[in-house]
Amino acid sequence: MELRYVRHPGYIGGSGGLSGFLIVPHGRIPMKLHEYQAKEVLRAYGVPTPRGSMANTVADARSAAEDLGGKVVVKAQIHAGGRGKGGGVKLAHSVDEAERHAAAILGMTLVTHQTGPQGRLVQRLLVEEQLPIEREIYLGITLDRALEKPVFMASAQGGVEIEEVAARDPSAILREVIHGAQLQGYQARRLAFALGIAPEARASAVQAMQALAKAYDESDASLVEINPFVLTADGRAVALDAKMDIDDNALFRHPDLAELRDLGEEEPLETDAIDHGLNYIKLDGNVGCMVNGAGLAMATMDIIQYAGGMPANFLDVGGGANKDQIKNGFRIILSDPNVKAIMINIFGGILKVDVLAEGIVAAAQELKIGVPMVLRLEGTNVEQGREILADSGLDFIVASDMKEAAQQAVARAG
Amino acid sequence: MSILVDETTRVVVQGLGRAGLFHAEQCIRFGAKIVAGVHPGRGGSEALGFPVFDTMREAVAEARPDASLAFVPAAGAADAVLEAIEAELALVACITEGIPARDMVRVADALRGSATRLIGPNCPGVISPGKCKLGIMPGHIHKPGSVGVVSRSGTLTYEAVGQLSSLGIGQSTCIGIGGDPVIGTNFIDVLEMFNEDPDTTGIIMIGEIGGTAEEQAAEFVKGRVKKPIVGFIAGATAPPGRRMGHAGAIISGGKGTAAEKQAAMEAAGIAVAPTPADLGSTLAALI
Repeated sequence: MELRYVRHPGYIGGSGGLSGFLIVPHGRIPMKLHEYQAKEVLRAYGVPTPRGSMANTVADARSAAEDLGGKVVVKAQIHAGGRGKGGGVKLAHSVDEAERHAAAILGMTLVTHQTGPQGRLVQRLLVEEQLPIEREIYLGITLDRALEKPVFMASAQGGVEIEEVAARDPSAILREVIHGAQLQGYQARRLAFALGIAPEARASAVQAMQALAKAYDESDASLVEINPFVLTADGRAVALDAKMDIDDNALFRHPDLAELRDLGEEEPLETDAIDHGLNYIKLDGNVGCMVNGAGLAMATMDIIQYAGGMPANFLDVGGGANKDQIKNGFRIILSDPNVKAIMINIFGGILKVDVLAEGIVAAAQELKIGVPMVLRLEGTNVEQGREILADSGLDFIVASDMKEAAQQAVARAG
Repeated sequence: MSILVDETTRVVVQGLGRAGLFHAEQCIRFGAKIVAGVHPGRGGSEALGFPVFDTMREAVAEARPDASLAFVPAAGAADAVLEAIEAELALVACITEGIPARDMVRVADALRGSATRLIGPNCPGVISPGKCKLGIMPGHIHKPGSVGVVSRSGTLTYEAVGQLSSLGIGQSTCIGIGGDPVIGTNFIDVLEMFNEDPDTTGIIMIGEIGGTAEEQAAEFVKGRVKKPIVGFIAGATAPPGRRMGHAGAIISGGKGTAAEKQAAMEAAGIAVAPTPADLGSTLAALI
């Protein structure tokens, strides 16, 4: 997968300004849901959504359009925003037109500002009824790190890029801090009044906002975004779009949500790494890196560039890596043909250096690693670790500190 | 002196699995006075010479600990911290990685107005070298002295300590505050304590790209902290939009960059180390 461009619901920091950061849990990548999946989850909590169904094929899309009376919207389902501008969302006035749109969108490579230039293959569609839209509102919930609580955000300027709205006019984003688990009725009413929602739609908007907050909490979401949340001519309040990310750390208690992961939307090497408890991100350089700890891994990338090279990846083997993880780490690093040398930078705390050393030796023998390996090892059981390397008879380059290790690795990578 | 933990700290270990036992033993080696363990179902037994209890309430009644070191797995870690807060322990260092953010929001609520300070989670803990090790940091790299170290990253804390010790510079207290979105103790809390500790004469502060914690800390330093400080921001070369393991470590919209953080640090009089290999030498030049 290309760069995971960061999209956030106009996160507003404690200072009141737009911070511009995605707020995601530590550890792994938050699990993104497709729009149709997010809508299923939200519907179960009582958030009104348009009638519609997911389609894998043009025939399914046609029959969905027939069920909905022909006047539908056909929406590409990919893990990226900006689908409309990229040509992935089309209105149809008849079943035949819906079928034509479905045929055009299914299988297309959709390029949006969030997919990167290579775009994303569309494998699923959502076919939905069209609604008589009166107004478009923005709703979003995410964690405010400064307050240590979720914040419910709303803006009368829905349907557009919320970051741009927030940058132009921060006061256009209303916010209610969620204390405890739920958005209180008075908070939702306060938003409804501030948004100027007409009296006939107010009760349903309040109910939908509270349901949205409940869905966020009970699903362990890290982000929910409804843009737009629409008010219809017949007085309904409906989530026309839905974006939802789930905290990966909480998936153990949501087996139903865990099943919604779409591996087709993720970089295979990164998924492979996750499956082995590793955190890998592919980059463009030729010095492979294996490091324990995210901070040290970033610092290692920094010092490789300081030494005149370019890192081929970010790889954090984590605090408690075992031999198997080390081996898989090497396998994943080496599956990138650009890698010409590997720098291993370990400062053992939980991860004992002798365990790591055994893993390195086993991996080097088993994988027949052909590129130079520069090691810098410190920390718990470092002496035993160095002995294991020395006794292995393999040709490792052992550096005394990380600057020297980076210089060696960059020199060998050429 | 030192901050948070010293030779009088009475430690209870929560979660005596493989990691908990290994590190409890290491802590004892480096000066921790472990008076109890809590591991539901193992009450009445003994581990490494200290009594094990089923509940924190029993441990407090019998052994009077004042600090906990928590190794409880992620699914139950927040619950363990809540149990320690209820028992009014002064300090909890939670090592556990991968706690759901929603659980930590509940913990943060419970911490407000409580008697407890939480370090972490997802951190190496805290050590006052020669006095008490309450965490998973390799004890042997430390050396008693007067430099305080605070970092969002565990292994970068070790890096700084290793460099200081090899230059013959000891540490008063070293703290990894953790990289999760919701943490118990932040940079400013620690800087305030270091500033007030008469035996801390210099500080190393290691941040990361993303978020605004470093900028806020620099602002705090500007008016209040007179001691020499060395700063470093990891991730200067990380590509935008990619999360590098830690929640905060992501840049977007040109915000939260290393350059902005370094500028904020420099404006506050903090000496920014050019590379992570220069933390110790930059501090040595200041003291």
